[in-house]
Amino acid sequence: MTGRQRLPGQRPLLRTLLVAAGWTVVALAGTFALDPFRNYQLALVAAYLCATAGLTVLVGATGQLSLGHAALMAVGGYGFALTTNALPFGGIPAFVLALLAGVLASAVVGLLLGLAAARLSGPYLAGLTLAVVVALPAVASTWSTVLHGDQGVQIPFEGVPDGLRRVVALEQWQAMVAVLVTAAVVTSLTVLRGGRFGLRMLAVRDDEVAARLSGIPAGRVKVLAFTASSAAAGVGGAVLCFVAQAVSPGAYTVGFSLLLVVAVVIGGLGSILGAALGSVVIVLLPWLIGRLTSNLPADAAQRLDGNLAVLVFGLLLITVMAVAPHGLHGALVARRRRTTPDVPRPTAEPAPRKVLVPTEEQR
Amino acid sequence: MSQRSRSVALIATTALVAAGLAACSTPEPSPGISEDTVTVGTHTPLTGPAAAGYSSISAATKAYFDYVNDNGGINGRSIEYIVKDDGYNPATTSTVVRELVQEDEVFAVINGLGTPTHSAVVDYLNENDVPDLFVASGSPKWDQPGTFPNTFAYNANYIVEAKALATYAQETWPDKTFCVLGQDDDFGTDFTTGLVQVLGADGLASTQTYSVSVQDVVAQIGAMQAAGCEVNFLATVNGFTALALGTAAKMKYGAQWVSSSSGGDYPTLVGYLGEDVAPLLLQGFVSSNYLPFSPDDEWVTLFQEINDQYNDGAPFSGNTVYGMSVGYLFAQALAKAGDDPTRESLLDALEVGALTGNGIVPLGFSKDSHAAFEGVGITVVDEGVQDYVDGQIYTTDAGNGPVEPYTGEAVALEGDGIPTA
Repeated sequence: MTGRQRLPGQRPLLRTLLVAAGWTVVALAGTFALDPFRNYQLALVAAYLCATAGLTVLVGATGQLSLGHAALMAVGGYGFALTTNALPFGGIPAFVLALLAGVLASAVVGLLLGLAAARLSGPYLAGLTLAVVVALPAVASTWSTVLHGDQGVQIPFEGVPDGLRRVVALEQWQAMVAVLVTAAVVTSLTVLRGGRFGLRMLAVRDDEVAARLSGIPAGRVKVLAFTASSAAAGVGGAVLCFVAQAVSPGAYTVGFSLLLVVAVVIGGLGSILGAALGSVVIVLLPWLIGRLTSNLPADAAQRLDGNLAVLVFGLLLITVMAVAPHGLHGALVARRRRTTPDVPRPTAEPAPRKVLVPTEEQR
Repeated sequence: MSQRSRSVALIATTALVAAGLAACSTPEPSPGISEDTVTVGTHTPLTGPAAAGYSSISAATKAYFDYVNDNGGINGRSIEYIVKDDGYNPATTSTVVRELVQEDEVFAVINGLGTPTHSAVVDYLNENDVPDLFVASGSPKWDQPGTFPNTFAYNANYIVEAKALATYAQETWPDKTFCVLGQDDDFGTDFTTGLVQVLGADGLASTQTYSVSVQDVVAQIGAMQAAGCEVNFLATVNGFTALALGTAAKMKYGAQWVSSSSGGDYPTLVGYLGEDVAPLLLQGFVSSNYLPFSPDDEWVTLFQEINDQYNDGAPFSGNTVYGMSVGYLFAQALAKAGDDPTRESLLDALEVGALTGNGIVPLGFSKDSHAAFEGVGITVVDEGVQDYVDGQIYTTDAGNGPVEPYTGEAVALEGDGIPTA
């Protein structure tokens, strides 16, 4: 095929891979500079990034809004945990197999959801995906012989492999694994979005009728995008299960699912760097608030615990939307453009295109 | 010359490595210990569905530590207690316990609450050699000195408790039909295992389970009523004990209720059921306990005073006694760990069996056992007062050992409730 011929807005594959490899090496090297708790937080950021990157590609490129990505993460987590417990051996082979099983499980659930999702849009799709998260605890307790109800599934503790035990601490090892897995996910998503399929997603988002007239199977594109996004979320759940050694419905609440959307919106819809920034925010903000309130009197601190973070997230979302409608990443890009005005940039008006629910005239 | 300089470099390197290794092997003081403070922490639900039943425990422990600190502390050190909310969510527990260990550098984690939550961190704490003391859960999991050398249980094991309650029920109501309503996790499963040990494989006419996330037990109670259950065992948390009794009352289903200590705290149940109907619904309600709870007990009197002075007179319940008793046991362990306590000396103090605690049965800590209470007393509610039934204290093990009556004395109060070495 004409592999050399680049599509508009497409980056060369080699460059994408080099950039990805560069970032991965930086992140892996960074784990040596961090203390164990910071490494643990890095592992959490990496796990959340899998889900938010999948979500930002889905929402940004196809305009399908999913409020249920936490449930898809949970599916990945359960797949990972159940496979780990079923395998007679441990170590890295077990991890890889369990990870694949988790991804497969979430991709299958994502495919089924996507089939329904392709027929829905806007609030109807949001409602459907939200229902999946709401149903999660009931699913876990209905099949409690396998999923163990609210208690969730625990996996055996897996320490650092013997060869590395003297060099890296447990948290650092977990962070490194999380970074590697996340790098693979994010790179795949970037390649997917940068290629032919990415253009099709944009075409379907911008004008579905026109896309169909051009011979693009709009329904199939939407289903595939939803499946890919679900698989990414499933990887996130599996990594989280690997780090916490447990998966339970309590970890994937409606609140958490909405927080993933908040992360994507704060970071900048459609941008993977934005998804990364958003993930950092949702990991660090509750922790920072906990640090700040710990000096308050016990009574006040107890009342604020867990509640203040939700309030701050709401305020942050409103502020970011008011000050930087394209999120943190959008604000960064805008600033860079302002400082280097002579670089010709043909498309500087993505604002009207990034609508979740197209209005009548936009349709 | 180059030969020499190379060997000089080699020697210097070796020396540096040796110095480095030596520095590593020098015993360092344990984290969380300073000249005049000991910092310990816990994870517990302060928000979320489980908070209502348990958030008063950590407040009581903190009040007891404040009392100790105001009276000179333990071996001249005051105890700082950091309480982290995990919302009874294992994923949050993982995060807050890492914060305690790595950010706050606590000396030990004490009284981490909940089986699913603490399961998420027990490996981590043992891997990092952090003493993991007095877990607030009756799961048999915490008593595995081989696998978890740093972990020590607090609650009476669910199996032990169930065996004692089943023995009492069998002796008191020999011809009745027995059934059980249990939580659909290790709590319910272990408790039912204990019941079957005593009552036999066909001793339970109906075994029902519920899930904490579903606030409705009509189906389960209906099934028990249909099965003709007369004595119902409950492996339920406080909220669901109240829910089960309330549901049965609405269905005009009268039965004898026998509850695990985890869901059998009278003052907490009154909070759920209301002052007016609780004494009626709970008349004759049987539960078990292993801590001082008689209204005229000297420990209870002391704890009430501490509660008034250091806990703003919060409602006094079984949770208050529980929280303060945990505090007392930790203070005792710290007192026995020497003038300059380390994590090792703390664990040694526990394993030599030097601790008495303040329970009605002796503590079982030793090198081979990390289980705290290997027996329970039976309590009954009569006219709004929950008290021990005289002479009904049983000891047993978590296996198939016999259930035996215990005739020894409860641990007496000494020295204003502040332990000394």
